[in-house]
Amino acid sequence: MNTVLAIARKDLTIEWRTRTLLARVVPFALLVLVLFAVALDSEPLILRAAAGLVWLAMLFATMLLVQRSFDLETADSALDALLGFVSSSSKVFFGKALSLFVQLFSLAVVLVCAAVVLYGARVEGGGVVLLVTVLLTATVGLALVGTLYGVVVANMNGRDSLLPLLALPVLAPLLIGATRATEAAFGSDTIDVSNGWAWAALLAVYAVVFGSAGAAAFAPLAQGDS
Amino acid sequence: MASDTAKAGSDAAILLSGVVVALGGFPALAGVDLAVRSGELVALRGANGTGKSTLLRLCAGLTPLTRGSARVLGVDVATQRDTVRSLVGLLGHDNGLYSDLTARENVQFVAHLVGAGTSDVDAALDRLGVDARVAATRAGALSAGQRRRTALASLVVRRAQLWLLDEPHAGLDSAARSELDGILREATRSGATVVYTTHESDALGATVPRTITLTSGVVARDVMEHSR
Amino acid sequence: MTTGTAATRVLGVLAIITTAWVVVSAFFLTPADVVQGDSVRIMYAHVPTAWIAYLAFVTTAVASGFSLVRKHRTLGFDRVAGASAEVGVLFMAMTLITGSLWGRITWGTFWQWDPRLTTTLFLFVTYVGYLAIRRVDVDPVRRARRSSVIALLAVLEIPLVHFSVVLWRSLHQEASVLNTDGDVRLDGLMLFTLFSGVVAFTLMFVWLVMHRQRLTALSDLERVVGLDAAISARRAEGVSGIHAT
Repeated sequence: MNTVLAIARKDLTIEWRTRTLLARVVPFALLVLVLFAVALDSEPLILRAAAGLVWLAMLFATMLLVQRSFDLETADSALDALLGFVSSSSKVFFGKALSLFVQLFSLAVVLVCAAVVLYGARVEGGGVVLLVTVLLTATVGLALVGTLYGVVVANMNGRDSLLPLLALPVLAPLLIGATRATEAAFGSDTIDVSNGWAWAALLAVYAVVFGSAGAAAFAPLAQGDS
Repeated sequence: MASDTAKAGSDAAILLSGVVVALGGFPALAGVDLAVRSGELVALRGANGTGKSTLLRLCAGLTPLTRGSARVLGVDVATQRDTVRSLVGLLGHDNGLYSDLTARENVQFVAHLVGAGTSDVDAALDRLGVDARVAATRAGALSAGQRRRTALASLVVRRAQLWLLDEPHAGLDSAARSELDGILREATRSGATVVYTTHESDALGATVPRTITLTSGVVARDVMEHSR
Repeated sequence: MTTGTAATRVLGVLAIITTAWVVVSAFFLTPADVVQGDSVRIMYAHVPTAWIAYLAFVTTAVASGFSLVRKHRTLGFDRVAGASAEVGVLFMAMTLITGSLWGRITWGTFWQWDPRLTTTLFLFVTYVGYLAIRRVDVDPVRRARRSSVIALLAVLEIPLVHFSVVLWRSLHQEASVLNTDGDVRLDGLMLFTLFSGVVAFTLMFVWLVMHRQRLTALSDLERVVGLDAAISARRAEGVSGIHAT
């Protein structure tokens, strides 16, 4: 546990110094939301699509943050050494996923606020609890899957295009689940809050499945990436 | 002397036989036979492209074995590369530093993961001549020599059983070089085995007990100090 | 060198004969459907390709599992996994194309966001990604380990995709999916032709996978042979170097 925290803290310290999230990824994700609104060009349509657009922007941002997270490790071959220090490589997996989770969760909060301001989405009553639950479970899933496929493509040529090709199909259930549940939390008339909770449960299952799969698969994927 | 022979028989630090390592179809190592006893200090010499770095990466569990057999600290490199990695400290061409952390934070990160204390970090930085000002500088802003020293300090903190160093003297001034030689000698005295590479053109500083010369992926010469 | 053996030759001939029979029967012997008319004939190609595509991915998953767990013949299993995935992607593309052509005639649209179709599409993209990863590693051992893990992760992904898509569609009442698929009354000959199609395509699948995996084996072997020559050349260089010093 100590090792996991140390690795996450290291990544977050670097993030805090370089401000990649704040200076590049947050503006990028907000830009995506604005561009979607411009392209859809209809207020009722935008409001109806709000939840989906937030989570699509999250998926795109995840690709950027995962690349960044592993570029740190491979720039000076630090990952090779790191896998030697730690007693089990699954600790590296959870450490890196934890720092990604912290970053993605902050981004998700910003994007939901942006959806309220830009798209006129409304969150009230029981929706708040549901929304927070969804943000937590969905970003945990994003962080785990992102880390897992991030290490697959770390050190590979053409990793920028390989990562989305591999990770996005796997993230499809998460996109569907997080979108429906967020729609429910936004008080959409096509889905009610109790159905939203069913989706939140699916997101939790998803996170558990990929958390355990990631812990098992990380070692064979990470070794011998020279 | 009796303990010495026992050592050679039971725990060879590195035992390679007929080792071939192919990198993209090219045999960087073309059949290497080599035995290094624990506690030895070995210099690996050779021109560029003779396979020195590949040999180190193989022993560190980073490059897969194509043919032959290799045991490092009694562990089979072909099947247990993860275990090998955890026992061996490799300083490759890259320093393995995070450029946005300070030199000190880099060493401290390693220390934290291996369970070493702050005093070990201070001692290591001090020994490698990384002064307080350098230690507080971002690794990305350091000179090549300072980064090398920081990476060596991380290695000292790790207390690995086998040290594999790829051209550790490169980028260091003569004072630092002899300091480094001292550190390597002391590591062997405390039971570690040290293998480092050095470019053919480099003069060997202080006398090295054993020098192995690689030519075209095979061992060309293996010279003990007393026979020179 | 050839990738053919007596077994593949027999298989190949059988595949040609059964395919020829399916073509003749599907176009000329079987009747048109009462509701769907001649478009029902697409079914004789569509259903077998879909069956082969799923068979191929099950084969890839099982072979990858063996490749990862077993100590011996790891590379052999991996070659079968890769060959099967390649053929599977091809057949799945045919499934999607024949399916959307049929959908255009029957439903009036090329695509319906129905759970089965959506899952198939995601499965297709997933295995395209798997093949992309296989192309990255040239070292057979590393390729085997990495691609096996990716294939097994895909096995985890597909049920989750399918389940979430089913749930997604069932919660959206407004877009009730057309239920016209598969509601065809099949007479004896139609059923037999469909069955023959499955047999013909299965034979073709086995034939393709056997050839493809041998081709991979040969190119891996070529690397080994090339390596032998390269080792001797490098050793010779090394020996002359020793004499020079």
